[in-house]
Amino acid sequence: MGFLDIDNTTKSYGAVEVLHQVHISIEEGEFLVLVGPSGCGKSTLLNMIAGLEEISSGEIRIKDQVMNGVHPSKRNIAMVFQSYALYPNMTVGQNITFGLEMHGIPKPEREKAMKEVAELLQIEQLLDRKPGALSGGQRQRVAMGRALVRDPDVFLFDEPLSNLDAKLRVDMRTEIKKLHQKLGTTIVYVTHDQIEAMTLSTRIAVMYGGYVQQLGTPQEIYDSPANIFVATFMGSPAMNVMPAKVALKDGRPFAVVELHDGTPAELPFSQDNLAAWDGRGIMLGIRPETITDEDAADRKSSNIAPMTNRITVTEPAGSDTFVTMTLGGKDVIARMRSDADVRPGADFKFSVNMEKAVAFDPETEMRIAP
Amino acid sequence: MSLATQDSAIRTGRVTRTLIYLVLLLFALFYMLPLYVMVVNSVKPLDEITGGGMMNLPQVFTLEPWAKAWSSAQIGVDPTGLKPYFWNSIKMVVPAVIVSTVLGALNGYVLTKWRFRGDTILFGLMLFACFIPFQIVLIPMARMLGLMGMAGTTWGLVLVHVVYGIGFTTLYFRNYYAVFPTELIRAAQIDGAGFFQIFWRILLPSSGPIAVVSIIWQFTNIWNDFLFGASFAGADSQPMTVALNNLVQSSTGVKEYNVHFAGAILAALPTLLVYIVAGRYFVRGLMAGSVKG
Repeated sequence: MGFLDIDNTTKSYGAVEVLHQVHISIEEGEFLVLVGPSGCGKSTLLNMIAGLEEISSGEIRIKDQVMNGVHPSKRNIAMVFQSYALYPNMTVGQNITFGLEMHGIPKPEREKAMKEVAELLQIEQLLDRKPGALSGGQRQRVAMGRALVRDPDVFLFDEPLSNLDAKLRVDMRTEIKKLHQKLGTTIVYVTHDQIEAMTLSTRIAVMYGGYVQQLGTPQEIYDSPANIFVATFMGSPAMNVMPAKVALKDGRPFAVVELHDGTPAELPFSQDNLAAWDGRGIMLGIRPETITDEDAADRKSSNIAPMTNRITVTEPAGSDTFVTMTLGGKDVIARMRSDADVRPGADFKFSVNMEKAVAFDPETEMRIAP
Repeated sequence: MSLATQDSAIRTGRVTRTLIYLVLLLFALFYMLPLYVMVVNSVKPLDEITGGGMMNLPQVFTLEPWAKAWSSAQIGVDPTGLKPYFWNSIKMVVPAVIVSTVLGALNGYVLTKWRFRGDTILFGLMLFACFIPFQIVLIPMARMLGLMGMAGTTWGLVLVHVVYGIGFTTLYFRNYYAVFPTELIRAAQIDGAGFFQIFWRILLPSSGPIAVVSIIWQFTNIWNDFLFGASFAGADSQPMTVALNNLVQSSTGVKEYNVHFAGAILAALPTLLVYIVAGRYFVRGLMAGSVKG
């Protein structure tokens, strides 16, 4: 039993099931991020935790209390909405204390709680203003203040940063992370941005098509993706996935992939159980940052494989240079140091960190576990 | 909005512009003419009118016709002037406008934020109310009022106008609330506000423009209504419009045109006033939601 349990929960609209048997359990103080492309059911799941959508079957429990059918205001939760949803006719102060007022908390206590939260979020000077007179970042703070003042068991965030410009988004992301570390609250956070998911969370649920594809720590999700969807959704640029064949040499499994001109390159696997796939096709997954030049190869890795291939495009991005090549018939991206000596059209000797490579079953698209 | 209008105005030469203004001025004058005739003749002694020259300015200025129309003109059998009927109208219009507007707002709130099975069909049926001709409901309505014991009373008239107005007010508020962010309602629900608390504290304070539209529309329609007033009002609840008719149509004695003109202006003044005070919100409210920003 965790602090928040989502137990075999489904959601249907009529005959259409949009969320299939979700099973997630988190402990107190965890930061759970629900991430996935639009339409994957992440916001629906959040609304079900909030009580804004009914649960079709299964249970949602907070602190072991079954929440099915409990009114949103009785769940001791607070929510920050994508549009902030600040009451336009009330001042910032009234916005923050409205929830307390509705719960019948006397005025002196409300004022005290409001002062504390305003101080925490540094919005004291805004308390008498209307939301219309605030900037995007300020509204965001007020929305968080309104959630914080209730001192809820669980905070729910529905894509709270998607309305901010790029720079502010990064700042507020750090701010939210700081708040979480300081207050140690339990948070469920919905986003479609995989970077937000990686940076903020202690646990990620990657969702797609109404299914939770994988639930795990950011590290697990990144290094051991459960399937091709998770592998390509998380990480930027996305993981390269290309067809390859498994071949045995001295009992050791190798991945055989076609270079740009069709000649095979042999890359040794670190994963011994792939020997069972001898002679069969797999999908090989290699993250862009594990393909480098020789000098930048990870010195701690026990399995660096050399591979010479032709560069088709180079994209200098300042801190890194992205190099595109053809491998296994696909465009494969390598993330190189900015000062790597790469030129389009030239052959280049790459180093592939095969310790980090993953193999997928081409039929089921599931990762072949070591 | 005003900026946009300026930017999108078609640029024309000076000659065309002059021509446009000239035509507009002509139309304006044409439309102002009846008002001119009414005002001018209401401050003349009667012999100036009967002597011909309706268009002339008064040679002798007098407010006598206004005083007479207001307090001593013969209406029906009593020489009471329009005064008691004016108050009848006020007593009918104010509650009818308030009740129909509040109910329309509630309907709009439910139809957009508390959706239920068949709500669009229900809304469609309510829209029918906007298209039902008055004459069709006269007899059933009379029967209903009789059964409820409200025949010939001001409250009966209030009921009739509320029922008839709900279709319009619901339409206004539903369309206005349809674009009101639902996240605000959800936020208030999580904050612990109930059905009516959300309505009073969140929705209504943001409904200014559409409330003005509803009030102007309802006030004008109910104040100007003659048919329901003539059909359902008793002797002591007749509204201004019916009294004006009685004043003008009375067949005994001399036709006092100047008094009639003054009475007609008196009957039209409240709606004019409401429009002047709140008119700019009317257009703004009607446009709300149609243009972003």
